[in-house]
Amino acid sequence: MAPVLELRGITKAFPGVLANDHIDLTLEEGEILALLGENGAGKTTLMNILYGLYQPDAGEIFVRGKKVEIHQPNDAIRLGIGMVHQHFMLVPVFTVTENVMLGVESMRYGLFLDRRKAADKVREISKQYKLEVNPDDYIKDLPVGVQQRVEIIKVLYRKADILILDEPTAVLTPQEVEELFKIIRSLKAQGKSIIFITHKLKEVMAIADRITVLRQGRAVGTTTPAEATMEKLAQMMVGREVELVVRKKEAKPGDVVLDVENLHVVDHRGTPTVRGVTFNVRAGEVLGVAGVQGNGQTELVRALTGLMRPEMGRIRINGVDITNASPREILEQGVAHVPEDRQKDGLILKYPVHDNLVLNTYYVPPFAKGLNLQFQKIYEAAAERAYEFDIRTPNIYVPVSTLSGGNQQKTIVAREFSRPIRLLIASQPTRGLDVGSIEYIHQRIVQKRDEGCAVLLVSPELDEILALSDRIAVMYRGQFVAILPAAEATRQQLGLLMAGVTAAEAMAAEEAPAAVEENPAL
Amino acid sequence: MSEQKERALQNSQDTRAQALARLLLRPARGSLWQAILLPVLAVFTALIIGALVIVFTDVQVLNLYKDFFAAPGKALAASWKSIASAYSALFKGSIGNPAEFANAFSVLRETGDTAPLRQAFWPISESLVTSVPYIFAGLAVALGFQCGLFNIGAEGQIFIGALASVYVGYSVKGLPQYIHLPLAFFTGAAAAGLWAAVAGLLKAKTGAHEVINTIMMNYIAFLLSDWLLNGPMKRPGWSPISPAIQDSAWLPKFFPDPLRFHAGFFVALAIAALVYWLLFKTTIGFEIRSVGANPDAARYAGISVTRNFILAMFLSGALAGMAGANEVLGVNHQLASAFSSGYGFDSIALALLGKSHPVGVVLAALLFGTLRSGATRMQSLAGVPIDIISILQALVIIFIAAPAIIRWLYRLRLEREVGETVFTRGWGQ
Repeated sequence: MAPVLELRGITKAFPGVLANDHIDLTLEEGEILALLGENGAGKTTLMNILYGLYQPDAGEIFVRGKKVEIHQPNDAIRLGIGMVHQHFMLVPVFTVTENVMLGVESMRYGLFLDRRKAADKVREISKQYKLEVNPDDYIKDLPVGVQQRVEIIKVLYRKADILILDEPTAVLTPQEVEELFKIIRSLKAQGKSIIFITHKLKEVMAIADRITVLRQGRAVGTTTPAEATMEKLAQMMVGREVELVVRKKEAKPGDVVLDVENLHVVDHRGTPTVRGVTFNVRAGEVLGVAGVQGNGQTELVRALTGLMRPEMGRIRINGVDITNASPREILEQGVAHVPEDRQKDGLILKYPVHDNLVLNTYYVPPFAKGLNLQFQKIYEAAAERAYEFDIRTPNIYVPVSTLSGGNQQKTIVAREFSRPIRLLIASQPTRGLDVGSIEYIHQRIVQKRDEGCAVLLVSPELDEILALSDRIAVMYRGQFVAILPAAEATRQQLGLLMAGVTAAEAMAAEEAPAAVEENPAL
Repeated sequence: MSEQKERALQNSQDTRAQALARLLLRPARGSLWQAILLPVLAVFTALIIGALVIVFTDVQVLNLYKDFFAAPGKALAASWKSIASAYSALFKGSIGNPAEFANAFSVLRETGDTAPLRQAFWPISESLVTSVPYIFAGLAVALGFQCGLFNIGAEGQIFIGALASVYVGYSVKGLPQYIHLPLAFFTGAAAAGLWAAVAGLLKAKTGAHEVINTIMMNYIAFLLSDWLLNGPMKRPGWSPISPAIQDSAWLPKFFPDPLRFHAGFFVALAIAALVYWLLFKTTIGFEIRSVGANPDAARYAGISVTRNFILAMFLSGALAGMAGANEVLGVNHQLASAFSSGYGFDSIALALLGKSHPVGVVLAALLFGTLRSGATRMQSLAGVPIDIISILQALVIIFIAAPAIIRWLYRLRLEREVGETVFTRGWGQ
């Protein structure tokens, strides 16, 4: 039988880049094919071609053995191809049903929306594929994981049997990832064929039947989880050997740099989100803050960097009270901040790379003389930083929005690390990045620590916390429920603390490890 | 051994130098033509559609179309004549009549009389005079856009600027021109700046949207000027007009009447250059543009968003105020109620047309000024209503705002435009 989908020799060039270079790909019926590759390897371009958003320069597409032309998404939908985008395409103020029917509305008398019929259909799909969701809920009230289910229902509602999931786990918590995997397996069990785009090795090993690896626009190989190892996949992806473990020396903690006392923060809705946190970070050590997202980490970081006013408590940096200081005053104390949302807070996307590299130092010499910006100095410094931090960009004048996510993040890291700093506050510094970039940024953070910088690392990824931290604090509902030396912490114990189990109970569980099954997605 | 090391070091330095050179190499810029292609095509297309409108609003021509199948030539010829006479009148009214120029020069050579020459240059002088307030007001709106602010209040700010200027112009006496004129001009700018800064302050402190506040403040400005011109600032007599300003506050004129061309044009160009320098070459402009492009990232980088909102509104208002001051000191030399015929509102469209860039604004202002002043002549010579010009302006704006139409019409390939200007943001961001 012919494969359900076959791509032959797909080629697509953009000005200056060959995004897809003669890519061949086959997808069998009822199979989960993982498309693995770094950011910028051409995964998304390839899928956009398949979905009719781009036209290939060369190459052929076959669906069930028949050659097809896909000029626009409607063609793809007609062929039974559905795509769940990384960034959801949902209307927040519409209900689940309304979102699902948008564009293919059921009508009564050709004039009125037939919401009930659509809602019934949503319920039916949701039951058939175990996609739990209430058709009458508003999207804005739903957690991210459920919104994603709505996206999948949308695709199934349009009768797709080839599903493309573009980086579906990037926005999910570990628990939600597990849920998603169950859904994907149930889809597979009912005969759907799935292309799963990702750069996360663990996920590929957990879910894929076959793995095709893309590198720099080329398909460099196809393998299966049984044949491959994580190390081998990483090597195929990056093109060289990659250290999946961060090497670091023993920490030599020095003086206290960041001292936080009984900090309380209230968010813009008036909800207390940080409720009495006390801790310190010493020079030359990494304090990792673990916790499921939404337990007050965001507000903690925003209060420390002056972006939010604390309700109560005191923050000192090098003995200087900065509790109500402005972001600039805090910055000038030698604080670097790698923000959680790089596109919202960390970069001005339409600005060129060079302006983003001096975004918080543009006003001091040598970049400014009086009122005048010194462009020559800015360009030279920018080129140095781009080189030193390996930012892959054609030149420093292109808008930073044209760089891949990993290179955008490197731009932020380059900017923050090139100032004289004594405290680094890094919030999810590797979110959404590929193996190569993660390795690089981790090395840089360890290097800063070794130079005597105090590091506060906030991340929902336990792997990252465990790899980098010297001490680990677990944040739960606005409080630090425990601060432990990293050497004594286990994944299982941290997982329990993150879920709100008290420290004593977590210790007890540690005694009887068989009682709790380790969550493989963490 | 050491030689080897040295060579390796040398090599790595070479690659480093190469990489730095590559990173610093500026890509070839798109040509100027590329940059102005869309606006030029937009204006061209607007003129073509305007021609159709001229034909279809001409009753005599339309009547001929009744017999189109009997005598198609007649209808077409009449259409052509109608369009040609309208556009040639527009050209003559805004740039000048070539025949008149030739004649004037020969008269000058033969008799030494400059009167016909002045007459010949009158249209272009008028076009430039009309362009000047457009330049100032267009810069005002553009500067607001650069900071992500939508200043709809330019019209009101023009009135405030004019009121303050005219007051200094007639009430202060005995100053030499080099003090009196700048004093009157910049008092107008400062007053309008402070007026607009109120909207900036309200946005910074309470989050009140500047669109609402500047619209509301327009009415306050209009009524304030009515009251002042009917009361405290009224000249003796019955009409609501201010006293005439002192000669020492006049913006210098270069030619005898009827040419009204005055120094305001050069002031406007200088201010445009200043705005360009401020926005793109200074730390102040970096902050203003950063806040406009991404206020969250600006705040993260230590830039005060609220301070820049107030500053940008002040500067925007001051620029609009200069438009008012210019009209009072350079053209009218007094202030009558309802003196600004919508410069402030046209300037919003103009700033869009000029892509919020000072150079673009100056070019767009020259276009608008030319169309405006040519329209009067077109009405008197060709009998085409002045409103055609409003239609032309509207069409230009539509094509600029929706460039997809132009790309589709002329089959232009879509160049990925990165970093589109953020003009304004929604409520309660």
